[in-house]
Amino acid sequence: MLQYFLKRLVSLCLSLVAASVLIFLTLEVVPGDPAAYMLGINAQEDTLNALREQLGLNGTILERYLSWAGGLLVGDFGTSYTYRTPVAELIGERLWVSLPLALYALILSTLIAFPAGIWAASKRGTLADSGVMGVTQLGVAIPNFWFAMLMVLVFAINLRWFSAGGFPGWEDGFLPGMKALTLPAIALALPQASILTRVMRSSLLDTLGEDYIRSARAKGLTKGQAMWRHALRNALIPVLTIMGLQFSFLLAGAIIIENVFYLPGLGRLVFQAISARDLIVVESVVMLLVFAVILVNFTVDLAYAWVDPRLRRRR
Amino acid sequence: MRFKFVRSGLVSVLALAASIGIAEAKSDVVVAMQLEPPHLDPTSAAAGAIDSVLYSNVFEGLTRFGPDGTVNPGLAESWTISEDGKSYTFKLNEGVKFHDGTDMTAEDVKFSLDRARADDSANAQKALFAGIDTVEAVDPLTVKVTLKEANSNFLFNMAWGDAVIVAPETIADIKTNPVGTGAFKFSDWVQGDKIELERNPDYWGTPAKLDNVTFKFISDPTAAFASVMAEDVNAFVGFPAPENLPQFEADPRFQVLVGSTEGETILAMNNKLPPLDNPLVRSAIAHAINRQAIIDGAMFGYGTPIGTHFAPHNPDYVDLTGMSQYDPELAKKLLAEAGFADGFETTLKLPPPSYARRGGEIIASQLRAIGIETEITNLEWAQWLEQVFKGKDYGLTIVSHTEPMDIGIYARPDYYFQYDNPDFQALFADITSENDPQKRSALLKQAQEKIAGDHVNAYLFQLAFPTVADARIKGLWKNQPTQATDLTGVSWED
Repeated sequence: MLQYFLKRLVSLCLSLVAASVLIFLTLEVVPGDPAAYMLGINAQEDTLNALREQLGLNGTILERYLSWAGGLLVGDFGTSYTYRTPVAELIGERLWVSLPLALYALILSTLIAFPAGIWAASKRGTLADSGVMGVTQLGVAIPNFWFAMLMVLVFAINLRWFSAGGFPGWEDGFLPGMKALTLPAIALALPQASILTRVMRSSLLDTLGEDYIRSARAKGLTKGQAMWRHALRNALIPVLTIMGLQFSFLLAGAIIIENVFYLPGLGRLVFQAISARDLIVVESVVMLLVFAVILVNFTVDLAYAWVDPRLRRRR
Repeated sequence: MRFKFVRSGLVSVLALAASIGIAEAKSDVVVAMQLEPPHLDPTSAAAGAIDSVLYSNVFEGLTRFGPDGTVNPGLAESWTISEDGKSYTFKLNEGVKFHDGTDMTAEDVKFSLDRARADDSANAQKALFAGIDTVEAVDPLTVKVTLKEANSNFLFNMAWGDAVIVAPETIADIKTNPVGTGAFKFSDWVQGDKIELERNPDYWGTPAKLDNVTFKFISDPTAAFASVMAEDVNAFVGFPAPENLPQFEADPRFQVLVGSTEGETILAMNNKLPPLDNPLVRSAIAHAINRQAIIDGAMFGYGTPIGTHFAPHNPDYVDLTGMSQYDPELAKKLLAEAGFADGFETTLKLPPPSYARRGGEIIASQLRAIGIETEITNLEWAQWLEQVFKGKDYGLTIVSHTEPMDIGIYARPDYYFQYDNPDFQALFADITSENDPQKRSALLKQAQEKIAGDHVNAYLFQLAFPTVADARIKGLWKNQPTQATDLTGVSWED
């Protein structure tokens, strides 16, 4: 067991190193000079050089990689070229928006998907089932930014229940913050919930067709009892996989929704940093996301073991 | 009797309500703009967004731009210019304090100007200070600046946001905590979201009417529209979706101000790249372009046609659009004369703003009509700077030159459009050293005619500056003589 964990740990470290090299090199070849971007078209060559020197852009590739990666090891993400504040601070502030938003959306999508998927599976072939399938088909097909704009139009401009965007900050209290995240979370949750519902339904239907369900029914359990006691737990594995993927996606992939609601989240930070060639911010955020994805996958693996004891024993 | 009591009670309730209404007259404003400043030091970055938030609100220079672009006294109350035009003696206003409570003195002016022109200076407009020979603090309220050569632009240069006066003791943190002398003090910055300013109670001049100002940053045009419609913001300066302006104009809740800017939007041509090095070819391109079609198609009708590189609201502007009148037949003839009867192919590289992306498609089709094929490439700003501006690897590009009074770029042969003309360079040297306003004006007109006649670039239109605001807000700047959102005179209607 210990050996297994050590092996995993080594491979985790190796993938992090590989990711850091890949990220660094990819951004190295992106054309565009951060100093030129910041100083604009009237800048003189000596000014540009002075700024490059200040930003530490004049070293060799290897020097810059080592200073960045070395910093990461001790938790120092470097200093943003444009904002001139520590990257860790920037990311920390943004995480306070992005993380709650991703969790909020994930909770919403789970709260919708589990009951809907279970219900559809238990009513297989009925009007209710096709109704749920139809709605989720629509949910998958509708682009979330379009749905977001529609909600802004209805709930912010016409009904005035919500503001059209922005984030007041948690210091104004929990409820105003949650209120500001509600429309974005719904917009993010809609397609995720639809996908999750469909996965839940089909996975449950698969397990319901298994031999052990037939045995359970033969033992005298009702259809409902068989489903709750035996089928559901087994059906959760693919659902958890999807949820893990979705959480990483929600954390990293909310760029468009953050733009629609002008939320100061991680996605917008990366978006702005890319166009400003604030490479150190891009590198560090992407690295953090890689780390988060690896961590989420690890958690999902643990969750597999929890729902399926056989996985615990194997290896 | 009872009725009377009720009535008088009602009257007093109404009076009370009215007095509450007066007491609650709004004294704060939320202003939105598209771009967020990268940091808060106007003296070390080109980002216009820094000036849009801080110019005149937080930081002030020796001189300052008025809403019409004129140069007015700022921290300097008055000045005298020596006979030879080389030395300027500024008399500073009394009682000016920085927001940290220290006095603003001649030493601070010396520090600021010396810092901007130092060898390791990161000032994006270092050229503004290049002509300075020495800066001397004569006494706490007198500064003497000696120039290497007479420069009629000097007072104008000192009004730029890049020339504001900063204090040596606060310079280390200026990027996150700007300390200036203006009518507003910096109070908070939530990066990615908003910047807050508050009224400076110790301001040396006319105090601001607003107590608190919040700048919000909303880059997406659709989100911009929603934020104004939902009244989340009180004003949006530089509104990014011109297609929505008619809707705001029709709504009594809002006022729409369409002002002009210093942004000459041009189809820049690489004057050293064949066949664009041939004046006949450049002239053909200039005549192939229908400016109004671009203004209507790309800018929804907002923009003023220009025929040279000069702002139409400037008193020295001459309308030279006639020198490049839309005439496709003439354009074809010119092209044939140049030896390209069958046309040719070139590149058209477009930076992100919609004037370039939308305008580029229209220009491509207008050029195709006279036989010129363009290969369109969309670039990010960083790529544009590297390939087009620095690398000069392009045939045509569209860009808006937003610096005020920048006709001098035509005197720089290494500038990205590579116009190398000794006559113009001599002419511009004369402009710079001419201190007589009338002679200077005549020379400026000559310069405009020269570049229009040489068809250095095709001059399209002056960028418009739309502001959408709550109808009750007074005192907003309509024009953008420099990038600024001067809120010192803004208030709510009673």
